[in-house]
Order: sequence, then structure tokens, then C-alpha cells
Amino acid sequence: MNSTFQEVPWLTLLVAWPLVGAAAVWLTATARTRGVASGALRAVRGIALGAALVELALLACAFTAFDTSDAGTHQLVETHAWIPQLGVSYAVGADGVALALVALAVVLVPLVVLAAWKEQESDVRRLRHYLALVLLLEAFMVAVFVARDVFFFYVLFEAMLIPVYFLIGGFGVGARRRYAAVKFLMFSLAGGLIMLAAVIALYVQVPLDPTTGLRPEDAFLTSNLVEYFAQNPMPVTTERLLFLGFFVAFAIKAPLFPVHTWLPDAAQHARAGTSTLLVAVLDKVGTFGMLTLCLPLFPRASDWAAPVVIVLAVISILYGALMAIGQSDLMRLIAYTSVSHFGFIVLGIFAFSSLSIAGSSLYMVNHGISTGALFLVAGFLVARHPERSQRIADYGGLQKVVPVLAGTFLVAGLSALSLPGLSTFVSEIMVIVGTFAVSHWAALVAVLGVVLAALYVLLTYQRVFTGGTPAELDSIPDLGAREKWVIAPLIALLLVLGLYPAPALDLVREPAQVTLSDLAPAGVQDPPPTDPFADASVTAEGSES
Amino acid sequence: MTDSFVAPTIDWIYLVPILVVLGTGVVGVLVEAFVPARARRTVQVTLALLATAASFATIVLLWRDPAVQGDPATGGTYGVRVLGGSMVIDPFGLAVQGVVVLLAFLAILVIADRTSTGQDAFAPTAAAVPGSPYEDLARRKGIEQTEVYPLVLFAVGGMMIFPATGNLLVMFVALEVLSLPLYVLSAMARRRRLLSQEASFKYFLLGAFASALFVFGVALVYGYAGTVDLAAVFQVLAGGGTPFADMPGLVLTGVLLILAGLLFKVGAAPFHAWTPDVYQGAPTPITGFMAACTKAAAFGALLRVLYVISLGMAQSDPAAQEDLFVALWVVALLTMVIGTAVGAVQTDVKRLLAYSSIAHAGFILVGIIGFSQASLRATVFYLLVYGLATVGSFAVVTLVRETAPAPERALVDATAGVVAPGGESASAPSAPTGGDPVGDDPSPAVPDAGVVLGEATHLAQWAGLGRRSPWLAGAFSLFLLSMAGIPLTAGFIAKFSAFGAAIAGPDTQGGGSTWVLAVVGVLASAVAVFFYVRIIVLMYFTAPAEDAEGVGVTVVRSRGPAAISIAVCAALVLVLGVFPSPVLELAAEAVKFVP
Repeated sequence: MNSTFQEVPWLTLLVAWPLVGAAAVWLTATARTRGVASGALRAVRGIALGAALVELALLACAFTAFDTSDAGTHQLVETHAWIPQLGVSYAVGADGVALALVALAVVLVPLVVLAAWKEQESDVRRLRHYLALVLLLEAFMVAVFVARDVFFFYVLFEAMLIPVYFLIGGFGVGARRRYAAVKFLMFSLAGGLIMLAAVIALYVQVPLDPTTGLRPEDAFLTSNLVEYFAQNPMPVTTERLLFLGFFVAFAIKAPLFPVHTWLPDAAQHARAGTSTLLVAVLDKVGTFGMLTLCLPLFPRASDWAAPVVIVLAVISILYGALMAIGQSDLMRLIAYTSVSHFGFIVLGIFAFSSLSIAGSSLYMVNHGISTGALFLVAGFLVARHPERSQRIADYGGLQKVVPVLAGTFLVAGLSALSLPGLSTFVSEIMVIVGTFAVSHWAALVAVLGVVLAALYVLLTYQRVFTGGTPAELDSIPDLGAREKWVIAPLIALLLVLGLYPAPALDLVREPAQVTLSDLAPAGVQDPPPTDPFADASVTAEGSES
Repeated sequence: MTDSFVAPTIDWIYLVPILVVLGTGVVGVLVEAFVPARARRTVQVTLALLATAASFATIVLLWRDPAVQGDPATGGTYGVRVLGGSMVIDPFGLAVQGVVVLLAFLAILVIADRTSTGQDAFAPTAAAVPGSPYEDLARRKGIEQTEVYPLVLFAVGGMMIFPATGNLLVMFVALEVLSLPLYVLSAMARRRRLLSQEASFKYFLLGAFASALFVFGVALVYGYAGTVDLAAVFQVLAGGGTPFADMPGLVLTGVLLILAGLLFKVGAAPFHAWTPDVYQGAPTPITGFMAACTKAAAFGALLRVLYVISLGMAQSDPAAQEDLFVALWVVALLTMVIGTAVGAVQTDVKRLLAYSSIAHAGFILVGIIGFSQASLRATVFYLLVYGLATVGSFAVVTLVRETAPAPERALVDATAGVVAPGGESASAPSAPTGGDPVGDDPSPAVPDAGVVLGEATHLAQWAGLGRRSPWLAGAFSLFLLSMAGIPLTAGFIAKFSAFGAAIAGPDTQGGGSTWVLAVVGVLASAVAVFFYVRIIVLMYFTAPAEDAEGVGVTVVRSRGPAAISIAVCAALVLVLGVFPSPVLELAAEAVKFVP
């Protein structure tokens, strides 16, 4: 029975279901637009939330079918020929990291739907477009993490820009939202097109089949490519150029200094829910791509580029943190904290130790939860301001007025500074310790980022929630039941994974070993200590005391 | 041998697709003369659609003909040479013909649509001088001519011969057969007639010049090889047998001149200057037709000439072949850069689409320069995809119109004793803007929209279209995204194939430096994306600006055909983006051609 359960194409279902949901949201509202407005509103909300929750159930099934003890292998694999003439397959499969990121996306979407409940209430048409786009985006997000074909991955990587573009440009806030949307699109497309050249060039490296004179029909399968290039290394220059083609696209997506400038604009002008999905999940595609494509496909080039990437990552950590301290706009501030955190993730990936890579994988998930919580709470706060101001200076003393909101903001903020006991702490310490074994200076400078994080989080809390209250904010309501439902799961996750990180660690530990073994052709070896996780716990306890 | 005339055997069956189209064109001329005015238009439209559909059907039937495809069992020869190579019916030629006819069918649907205004895009009496008493008289008499349909069919006939001939002189004739009707068609716009005639005149002058270059090139090649048959030219190039073997410059110059004539037709820089003016001035349905179909036909002919001659050169004179490709490199680079850079600053949607078509000519050339089986496949696929998006997007342009306040309506309202909402402006009916008033022909008032005038081609007028006509704006966005090469649209697969062919490089030389072209192409695509996205931003995120003159913008309803055309184009763009396999398979079969 168990085997039949595992044979169900869970991943395809996970990809397809949100599409069904999006279509349903869209069509229902079309049918009912002329009816009673509130009825249509209820229908749209209900269908969107229902679809997102069913997706959550599908995720639970996928987890059940997934064998955690073998998290390093891609499981639930499905492979079908898609465009055999171009060597393209529809191939999905998930290892622990991919599944964890899918889970992040699938958990966040219902919360984002719930958070958008009261937005655009006056206009059902706009609400249905917004929710349909969110569900469409969910399908893309799930698919991009489980894609096991480089072409398929690229298609999703580019196609998901379109819904985000409309989410920012069509539903964002502020007069400059169109500018922000176009800037986002142009940055991403520029990176994407460079990557396209690299994807094509990668394909051309695959030899022709002597019998047919064509390239094999499954030429783009990631596993085939990795295996082939491990045995037949590309010329050094080619490999480096292709690595750069992929890396630049991922660095823009991540975003890494100095190509991060689109993110603050996008976050400032997008709705909180959009920002949540954008920063918490979509940007992870960048770091996920580095981890699962750049490193295995171009091990030597990755090794060659690692020193520069590490420097960029460290600059990102410090620059992001310093810029965050200097921001006057709440959403921009959160965006810059993310630039800093992405610096940590990239640092861990390119430190090439199993501890730091596992740490980075976990960091991706934890940062998603933490930043998602931060954006959503900030969104609730901004919605309470009569002019929807995002300026920090327009707030103050709200601790007394809205204690629950203040408390959740504090917890989310503390998770951003990686307070021990919250899940982000575990991953951050893994990255720093893992990096320390490889590069002392990088780890030491990165620790400065932690100190700065305390500064930007606590300063912001102080400015918004303590001191004198502006008159117009005297009697704003505290978090309602719906809003509590949005935030509670995230805070619960932060606490649970902080106190008992073992299940998450099980998912990321073995994939990290696999990544390291993929790097073996470059002569990369896991630095001592040999049992890094035991060591990590020692260090963790040490800093707690 | 010369004393008695031996009638050549002609495999008529392989010419049926062409004959159907040309024959119907002739019938169309008779219809124009003899069928009563009431029924004329209906008959013409029906005939034109039937002819293209029947032609497409025969192409499909011929596709599996063993003589065309070769016997798979024996791996024998493929392709049929009719009349000693005057026509070469091989898979490649048939594929290009199929693309041309399919796109022509969709374009004729747009041409035939009279929209809710009850008028099509063509001058009722194109021969009348704009603003003349004769024109006025003809209008009052309600004379409406329908010569546009036979003209289109003649052009399609020429386009079908063009890529399927192995004889340079026949190719020249085909070039003229397809060009002359297009010159006339460009001059037939109902509105802004002077602009339309100016465009036509420009097109004619430059086109005549390009034809002259082509014919001069043919003469030089004839001088070198002593024949205008491509297969024989190939033999001469490959095996000698010419007294001018020590003068390879002769054939190189000849080929470059021939290519100049062909590159003019595809609108590649530096032969692109006519494109924006003609695309803007010509009646929009015709613009869509010629942008899509001419390009397909001309690229088909270009590929045939280029492959035969340069493969011949490769055997006798590799240096000349290299020179040929240097020239093509320059053209491809220039075309992409000019198309995208100048396109980025356009403010008229038709001119913008014209520059986009220039840029696409550059992208197709990049694939062609890859010079392999893959580049042939990519080109055929690209031509289809580009054509679909082009016909579709120009069809959308035909439906977005300017309006002026309607004085008649205010009067009607006043007599009915109702205060007209637009009553104040009734006393000052403003002159239609954007174009010469001469020959402008306001159509009957449409409720709530005032008098519908010509197309609203200024980009600013497209602001907010997404809110008023979500379906139309959605389809247009889809076409733009496909042209931009966004994944999950057909344009992406096309671009991927073309750039892939360039990066892989020639089969024979084990790759080359053609990947540089692909990188430039990718960068140019990034710039092109910018101007496609700009339109999408306008349509969805910008509030419509009210014109102070009272000129508004409205979307007229299609009477069906144009809507069908847009829907089919949009559906195919999506389907070919997600499931391109079957068509790629067909395109892969099409790479076989005989010189």
C-alpha cells in the first residue's frame, strides 16, 4: 500500500493544483461579478483560501511519501519527454532542500491570501485578480524548486517574473510602483537572458548522438548533465563563462551586492503579501540555483570564483545591514535586512563545507519564515495608519496601543537578528561556524553583521513602538483574529524549529554532503571537524551561556 | 534536337498549391468586373479564404508525398524539380509555402473585417485622387471596390513561388509578382490616404532599386557560371568548368547583390529604411500581412540562395565563403542593434512594431549564420511564430480607434428633448487629429463613442486599454511577450532554437565564433523587452489620458473574422510555447532541400 502511495505523482499535483485554484478564483468571480458584491467577495476569498489549504494537504502527503532518511537523493521523481527535439524533459523530483523550500512556499501562500482578505475590499475584480495571480505564482514557485531539468527550470525562472510584475505594478502602493515593477522586471530579465545564453551553450556542450546525429532527448536533465560533465570536464574558459552566465542571473535574483538595487524599490511599492512571497520564496530561487545548478554543474569554476563570491557576500552582509539602519521607510528597511541575510546564505554556500552548506539550506527556509512574518506584521501596521504611511518617523509609542502587534513584531524582529531559541539562530550559527573552518576572516566579519542586525531591529522597534504616540494613531485597533491567524503559524514555526531543529536538519544534512561530493572534481574537501554537527551544538551552547 | 518542339512534361500536381492561389486571384479580377456590387464583397472574401485554405490543404497532402520527402526505406532522393528546376518542390519549400499560406489566411480574416463601424480599412475607390471631386462623387454613389482580395492572392502566389524555385530568374519574377501587389495594397488606406500613398511610393522606389540590385547580381552570377539555375551554379562553383574560375570576385559580388535584394525584402539593416514608413502608412491589415508573409517568403528564398552558393563556394573558394559570412555578420549585428535601439524610442505603435520586425529579422539572421541543419529548422519555426504574433498584433491595432465627439448625436438628443451630456462640445466639432483631413471619412456615430475615426496608433492613446478591453489587451500582451521571448510563449522556443543554432555553430567546422552573435542577440533581446514591456505598462498600469481636443479612444468590435484571427494567433502562440514538439518535428523534416 505504501508503495502505491509513493507512486502518486505528488509533485505534479502540487504544481497543478494551484493552477486549478487560480482558474477557479478567476472564473467564479467572472460569473458572479454582477451579483451581490459581498457574495462574490466571499466566494473569491473562500475559493482562494480553500485552494491554498488543499495544497497544504497535498504537501503533507508529499512529506509522507518522502523518505527523510534518504534526503540526499531526489525522490518522487517523474520524467516525461517534453520537447525531445531540444532535449527538454518535464522532470520533477525533490531532495530535502527542495522539499523544504516547497514547504515554505506552500505554507506562506494561505497566510498571504488571508492577509489580503481586507485589501481591495471595494473591488472584487481586483481582489480576484490579485488572488488568482498569487495562486498562479504558487504553482511556479513549487515547480521551480522541484524542476530537475535545466531548461524547465529556466522556463519557470523566467515565466514567474510575469505574475510578480503584475502583482507589483498592478496592485502595489505608491505612485512609483510602476517604476519599481519595471525595474524589477528589467533587472531580472537582463539576468535571465544572460542565463539563457549560458543554458543554450550548456546544451551545445552535450555531444551529438552518433547514430541519429542529434543531441539526446533527455540532454537537459540536471542529473545527466552533472554526471556527464563530471566525467568529461568542459574547457576551463567555457566552464567559467557558463558559470558566470548562471551566477549573474542568480545573484540578481538573490539579490547579492552590487545587483540588489531593485529589491528595496520593489519591496517598498509592493503589497506586504507580495513582498512576503517575493523575498521569502522567490528570491530563494537565486540561492537555490547557486546551490543546485552552479555548484554541481561547474565545480571547478565555482571553486575558481569562490573567493570573489565570498567577498561579495560579506560586503552584502555589512552593506545590507548598514543600509537597513539608515532607512526611513519600513518596507525598504526590511528589504535591506534581507540583502544582509542573503549575504549569509551565499557565504555559506560558497564556503564549501558541509556544515555551512547545510546551514545555508536551512537559512533559506528560516529566513523565509522570519522575513515573511516581518513583512506581514509591518503590512498590518501600515494598514492601520490613516494614510498608509510607511515612514518610520510617522509612528511611535504603539506598544501601549497595540500590544499584541508590538509583541509579534518584536518576535519577528528578534528572529531576524537570530536570537538563540528561534530557528534562525541555528542556521546562522551553522553558516558562521562552517565558514570559520574555511576562512577565518570571512566568518569574523560576518559576525559583525549579527551585531548590526541587533542594531537595526531594536532601533526600529524603539522608534515605532516606544516613545510618544502620534495623535492619529491613538486608538488604532490591535491585531484581529484573522491577523493573529496569519502570524501565529509563523511564530510557532520559528519557536519549534528553534528549540527542536532536528527534523529540518535531517532534510538538509544529506543534500549538503551530496553537493560537496559534486564539488569533488574541483578538489574541494569537507574541512575538519569531521562531525560538524556535534561541533555546532557545542558552539551553540557555548554562545548561549 | 532543336528542329522539333518537345513539350516538357510538367508535374502539375506539385504546382497545385500555387495554382489554386493564383487562379483564384484571376477569378477574383473577373468577380470584380461581373458580379453585382451587393454580392461582390462576400464572394471575394469567400474565394480568398477558400483559396488559401485549399492551398494549405494541398500542401499538407503533398507533404507526405514520397517523391517530396524521399523514400524513408531507401533513403533515396527527395524533392521534385518541376520544369528543369524552375520550381523545386522539396520539404523546405513546402514548409515555407505552408507558413506563408497559413499566415495569409489569418491575415485575410483581418483584411475582411469591417468592424462595428461597418467599414473596412481600405479606400472604397483607391484609384480616386484624394480630395478630388471624383472621390467625392464615388463616395456619394456608394461605390466600393474589392480589388484588395485578388491583389492579396497574387502577392501570396508570388510569395509561394519565391522560396520554392531553383532558378534565379524565376526567383526575380516571383519577387516582382509578390512586390507589385504589395506596392498597390500599401496605397489603399481608407484614412490618411496621402500618408498611405506616400508610403507606397517610398516602398515602390526603394523596392525597384532593390529589384535592380537583385537582377544585377543575377547577371553577374550568370556571367560567372553561364547559368541561372542554382543547381548548375552549384556544380560550377564546386567543380569548376567556367572560364572565370580565376575571378571569384564575380560570383561573390553577384551573390552579395542578390542577398541585398533579399535582405531589403526582409527589412534587414542597412536595407531597412522603408520599413517604418511603409508599416506606418499602409492599411494596418496589409501591414500585418506583408510583415508576416513577405518575411517568411524572403527568408525562404534567402536561405536557398545562401546555402547553395555558399556550400558551392566552400568547395572551390573557402575564402569567398568567409567573405560572404562576414557581410552577413555585419548585417545581422546592424539589424539587431538598429531594430532594438531605435525601436526603444518610438512613440507610434505601428512604427514600434516595424522596428521590432527589423530586430526579429536580425535574430533570424543570427540563427541562419549558425549554418547548420539546426539553423534551418530554427528559421522555419521562427518564421511561423513571428508571423503569428505579427498578424495578431496588427489585428489588434486595427480595432483600437480614435473618436471625435459626435455632433449628430447631440442634435438627435436635443430633438428628443433630452439634455445631451456632450452638448457643449457639439458646437465645435474638432477636426480629426493625426493626419490630413483630406479623404478622411468619418463613419456613422457609435453610441457613447462619438464618431469613430482612424486607428489610435499613438502609444499614449493605448493607456488604460487593459481596463477597458481586458481580452484585447491580454491578447496583445501575449503577442508582445512572445516577441520578447518570454518562456511559455512560442517566441521563447523560437529564440532558443535560433540562438542555439548560432551557439552550436556550423556542423562542418565543429563550431565557430558565431556564439558572439548569439550573445549580442541576447543583449539586444533585453533592450527589445524594454519596449515591449513599456506597452504592457501603458495598457495596464497607466490611467487613460483625456485629450483636450475631445479626441477619445475606443475599441471597436470586430464583426468576427478579425476576432477569430486574433484568437487563433493567440492560441497558437501559447500552444507552440508549451507544446512545440509536433511543429518542431515538422520543422526538422523541412530542413531537407535540393539546390
